[in-house]
Amino acid sequence: MIKVRNVTKKIDNLEVLKGVDLSIEKGQVISVIGPSGSGKTTLLRCMNYLTVADTGEMEFDGVSYDMAKTSKKDIEAIRKKTGFVFQSYNLFLNKTALENVTEGLIVARKMSKDKAKEIAMSALRKVGMEDRTNHYPSQLSGGQQQRVAIARALALNPEIIYFDEPTSALDPELIGEVNNVIKELANEKMTMIIVTHEMNFARSVSDKIMFMDEGRVIEEGTPDEIFNHPKEKRVKEFLEAIIRS
Amino acid sequence: MEHAVEIFVSSFTRILIPGILVSIPLTLISFFFALVIAVIVAMIRYANIKVLSEICKFYVWVIRGTPLLVQLFFMYYGLPKIGVFWSSPFICAVVVFALNEGAYASETIRGALNSVPDGQIEAGYCVGMNFVQIMLRIVLPQALRAAVPALMNGLIGMVKDTSLASNITVTEMLFQTKTIITTTYEPFILYIEVALIYLIFSTVLSRVQVIVEKKMNAQVGKAS
Ligand SMILES: Nc1ncnc2c1ncn2[C@@H]1O[C@H](COP(=O)(O)OP(=O)(O)OP(=O)(O)O)[C@@H](O)[C@H]1O
Ligand SMILES: [Mg+2]
Repeated sequence: MIKVRNVTKKIDNLEVLKGVDLSIEKGQVISVIGPSGSGKTTLLRCMNYLTVADTGEMEFDGVSYDMAKTSKKDIEAIRKKTGFVFQSYNLFLNKTALENVTEGLIVARKMSKDKAKEIAMSALRKVGMEDRTNHYPSQLSGGQQQRVAIARALALNPEIIYFDEPTSALDPELIGEVNNVIKELANEKMTMIIVTHEMNFARSVSDKIMFMDEGRVIEEGTPDEIFNHPKEKRVKEFLEAIIRS
Repeated sequence: MEHAVEIFVSSFTRILIPGILVSIPLTLISFFFALVIAVIVAMIRYANIKVLSEICKFYVWVIRGTPLLVQLFFMYYGLPKIGVFWSSPFICAVVVFALNEGAYASETIRGALNSVPDGQIEAGYCVGMNFVQIMLRIVLPQALRAAVPALMNGLIGMVKDTSLASNITVTEMLFQTKTIITTTYEPFILYIEVALIYLIFSTVLSRVQVIVEKKMNAQVGKAS
């Protein structure tokens, strides 16, 4: 469904991405793991043009784009097919939970208010937030905010959702509620790329694991291959360090 | 002493009425236009629109770098020399106060715009909104909310600054007070009196400020 090739990005003279390839099929779940600063967030951001890559090619549903100079119109078209869930939720602070979900439907998709509300309510129900629809983000816990953020992405009916460490800003007791929502989406064959530091979650939800280090994918494979039989020394060290901690 | 009390009482409504009929409208009308100017200037500078941004920067620089009284004199007495006449000193005062407060308020709003986290804008892009939609529906409302306390301070300051309009023959409170003094020779009593009325106006506005802030915070679900 999506293939990206040779994505590079320099930020302040630092080569954050040094030629990353990634491909994902419809219905697949890929988790991207690796040490802090390895470029995981930057990769996701480039795929959704929140950051413009220096070089790279993207093939999305059979159409090719030059990631360094994709037109505004193409970027809009690509974003229309993708959802993005941020580490820090980024709910619109001046909007209620319901308005957060309807905003894109009404303003960007030009949908009627009633229709938007109907879709938003069903998305909020799916993430178990149907009884907090009139709350503002400041009145919701982190876990609840993140579930609303997932509903906001889902409501737009994307072909793929990118998650950038969706639970790493959460208190431990709130992680489960968000992970359960993501797991359910995986069961329903939603295509997802998830950047995560939670190895157990990555193992249980993913079809494929990609390990990034210093701007490169240095190993990829099934959860069993990566977690039980890693080939690369860096991957072994990383996993051992996590188990020890 | 009796005489003084008498003067005070008999002058009270004579000063208050131009306060209500001139000073307050002058403040509110000017402030309204100041806000319009400020939002436009702040957005242009925030979005960094070429040329316009430079013009706005120049405008803010000039206004903030020159005294309000000089601006009033220049506009009222200076401009007619090059053929620009005012149909009334009141209108001239509105223009000067709006331009003046607009420059200060634009800096307040620009700061508030910059304080809205980038994540809000990125989230807007991710749900398919364009820059203008994100500005108008997400960033600006949040910025204005954050700017309310500083803007209200500007409004309170403006009530007092309207007294400067007496210098260009606007018949507001201070102008009226001076007129009364020329016949009663009681500057001590009358300046205290006009000061008192300004104090009442500012105090009322400060109360309004507290109420507005409470309301706005309640709207986004924050305890005040
Ligand atoms: N806007 C930016 N300005 C400066 N440096 C940046 C910026 N964004 C990313 N970087 C740098 O790029 C590198 C990769 O960052 P990135 O956020 O992609 O890593 P990451 O793998 O997501 O890390 P983490 O696990 O900590 O989230 C880091 O060294 C980071 O400091
Ligand atoms: Mg990251």
